[in-house]
Order: sequence, then C-alpha cells, then structure tokens
Amino acid sequence: MARFSFASLIGHALAGNRRWPAQWREAAPQAEYDVVIVGGGGHGLATAYYLAREHGVRRVAVLEKGWIGGGNTGRNTTIIRSNYLWPESAALYEHAMQLWQGLSRALNYNVMYSPRGVMVLAHNHHDVLVGQRHVHANRLAGIDNEWLTPGQVGDFCPILNVSRDIRYPILGAALQRRGGTARHDAVAWGFARGASALGVDIVENCEVVGIDRDATGAVCGVQTTRGPIRAPRIGVVAAGHTSVVMAMAGVRMPLESYPLQALVSEPVKPAMPCVVMSNTIHAYMSQSDKGEMVIGAGTDAYNSYSQTGALHISSHTLEAICELFPVVRRLRMLRNWGGIVDVTPDRSPVVGLTPVAGLFVNCGWGTGGFKATPGSGHVFAHTIATGRPHPVNAPFTLDRFRTGNLIDEAAAAAVAH
Amino acid sequence: MLLIHCPFCDMDRPEIEFRHAGEAHVARPDPATADDAAWGAYLYLRENRRGVFAERWRHVHGCGRFFNALRHTVSDRLIATYRPGAPRPDGGA
Repeated sequence: MARFSFASLIGHALAGNRRWPAQWREAAPQAEYDVVIVGGGGHGLATAYYLAREHGVRRVAVLEKGWIGGGNTGRNTTIIRSNYLWPESAALYEHAMQLWQGLSRALNYNVMYSPRGVMVLAHNHHDVLVGQRHVHANRLAGIDNEWLTPGQVGDFCPILNVSRDIRYPILGAALQRRGGTARHDAVAWGFARGASALGVDIVENCEVVGIDRDATGAVCGVQTTRGPIRAPRIGVVAAGHTSVVMAMAGVRMPLESYPLQALVSEPVKPAMPCVVMSNTIHAYMSQSDKGEMVIGAGTDAYNSYSQTGALHISSHTLEAICELFPVVRRLRMLRNWGGIVDVTPDRSPVVGLTPVAGLFVNCGWGTGGFKATPGSGHVFAHTIATGRPHPVNAPFTLDRFRTGNLIDEAAAAAVAH
Repeated sequence: MLLIHCPFCDMDRPEIEFRHAGEAHVARPDPATADDAAWGAYLYLRENRRGVFAERWRHVHGCGRFFNALRHTVSDRLIATYRPGAPRPDGGA
C-alpha cells in the first residue's frame, strides 16, 4: 500500500493525478477464512480492520452484496457526536469519538473529521428540560456538552432564524463542540484500504444467501452468490437487512427496518459553520466541504425495504428547514435518498453474541450509526476475536430484550440520533 | 404516500389519515405462564419480513378503528386489507 504524504501528493499532482493506484485489492472469495463479515459498510469494514490490526486475525473476508460505499455508509448525513443520555450509550459513542480524533492519522487516510460543533435545538419547554438534562448527565460523565441561550445559538449559527414568532421558535440548544462531521466515503474507503493492506479480503458483488451450521448447531460457513465459504466465526453487520440475514440462521431479531431519507442541495459558498439538529421537528442540516447543504429527515411511518422514503416525510422536514434557515429557501435539492435502517425497540444497538455459537451480530444502529463507525468496529472486533464482549459493548446484548435491561435512548433522545 | 383501503369505511384514503401499528397477528401469551423468553419475544421480536407482510393500521382520522393489511415491503404495494379477527388472506409469497 502506497502511503499518502505531502511528497506523494505533490508527485501525483505533477503527474496529472493519472497514476493513483487502486486503494484496495480486488479479492475473489477463498474457500475458507477464520472470520467472515457479512456486510461491507463502515461498521463491517472497521470490524475487519481492527480484527487484523489489534487482534492479528488476518484471514478475514468482508462480503458486500453491492459495492463499497454504495449503501447507507456513503449516503448519510455524516454527523458525529457522543452526547447521549444513558451512561452505557455515552460510553459507547465516546469510545467512537476518541477514535475519530486520531482516525485520519491511524489510517493514513484523510477522513475529514471536522469538529465544528453539533447543536441540538430546543423548541419548547419540554425540549429545554430534556436538553439541559442531557447537558448535566454528559458533564457528570466527563463528556463536553453545554447549554446555549437563544442569543448564543444565533451567534454560533448566524443563518438560523432565532425570532420568537416563528412556528418552531428556538428556546435554547445543547452544543457539543467536539461533535461535527466526517467525510462518509472517505471513512468507508479508508477502512477498506487499511483492512486490505493488512490482508483482509474485501469481496464486492457477493451476496450471502445462506448460513451453514454444523451438527452441534454452531455456524460453519456461508452460502453466497459467488459460492460457499467456510468459516467458524461469522459477524453479521448488515444494517437494514440484518433481520433477513439472521433469519438464515434461524435467529429472530428485535428489529424493524425503515426508510430514512437524506437530501443534498446544490452546492453554495460556505454559509453554515456547524451542524444543527432538531429532534422535535425531525430535521438536521450541515454543509459539506463541497458546499451542499446536507439535510436529514425522519423515518417513514411504516417498516419497508423500498429504499424510497415518502415525499410527505421529506416535505415536512423541508418546511421546517426553510423556516429555521430562511437563507436556504430558494436552494434546489440535487438528490434525495432513502436508506434502510434497522431500529430496535429501545433505539440502542445490539453488538455482541447470539444464541448460535460462532455467530455474532452488530446491528440496530437505527438512524444514527455513522457516528459510531470506528468505535463499533473496534468493540465488535474484540467481541469476535475473544468470544466475549468488550466492556464498552457488554451492555448492548441481544439478551437484554429477554432480561428487560434496556438502554432506553428511545425515551431519552426521541427520534433523531 | 400510500392509498389505503379502510375495510370499515370501505374507502380508499391517503396514508396520512392512518397510523401504522406494527406487525399483525402477534399473539399475546398468558403472562401467568409465559417465561421471560416468551414474553420478551412477544414484546420485542419482530418478523421484519422482506416480502409480503401482515401489519396493523388504525384509521385515526376516519373511523378510528384498527384493521389489518397485507403489504409487500419492497414495493410497498398494498395487497389486501381486512378486519381484525378475519383470517389472513392469501397474498402470495
């Protein structure tokens, strides 16, 4: 793997940028691996990378039914924050935040992590109380989060309409300054490149159609559209399609899959210095480095695999966006996209063991998995390599839906993650 | 937006008149005898089917009543709606 450096950038620039090599090996599936990861999104690629780098498990295949970066990983609103309410969640997302801060250097790949600040708006008295409770809980846990008055909100994001007489007046906001964005494609490509260099096979256009189990009931391999592959350990990281894959092993999941929409506008000059989210009106917005306004909407009202969100859902979001940000009213939307997200009853992920020996699952990130990508892969790799959860993901078991020990971010954080 | 046939009002009405109410035909076990696994499965485990799926809807801005529907979760096409208690119609695979 050719390393990126100032000298290599200059060299390639002088050569007209025509000699860049492929960033990861194109791999055909082998007959057997130590670990097979089902799903080549950010979380699956990060898992493979940390398996190889931290645990020396290098006979790993990542099986992706499409192409790398073609699913939710490459189409989300790229928001990173760790200001969750419950200690278990805050620890999990903070674990990811710590990794984000050094990720570009660790991967030798610029993931464009930009800690520009994430503001979560409060529009009514209830929002204020919930937001301040989050701020206090986070500060007790040593995670930065602060409360802003409406005036401070306007100073931090000048294009916000902070008038009191609008439909969704801003009564304050919680601000996490270390929160921000990263370039989603670069995250997928960086982990793919890093994993591939360590020996991981990244197999694209390879859909898993069956999971094989031996006489003891343990997994022993997968059936794919590119032939059977033997493996004693399988990690399912299939996001919205996790229920479908896990059903191949006879495991029912506490998941429902919903389309979640994102939209981007035509690119404009830098106008928005931060990320703004509003859980109350299901809207969030930031500006990409290319200048596009990146807008996230809510999920559809019913579970679906259609990859097409309903127009009235995005209309609702855009009405609110246009009122909060009057300056964007005449922007045209370039693209919209509906990704399928897997939502758990408590809106917290499932990362850990399953009732089937050798089968591990990492799912249920719902509407906000991107921010967790490096942390999720890091703890899931530990779980697969050692057969036991990392302390950070130990509470996020599948079994909590039997014991009742839920991590109820659904009640704590409402809709948007 | 879906166009949904309410089997009580006997009219096709837009989706925004309705509220989705999750998977249909989830039988409630007897809480006196169900163990934690059976109760947890009743509360939380869902079919989340990719294909023809039986679900509940409530006509909140109409008659207010619950009914069941068969919908294909890839095309979102509604195949049938039927009253609670009625057997699930044959909707294909």
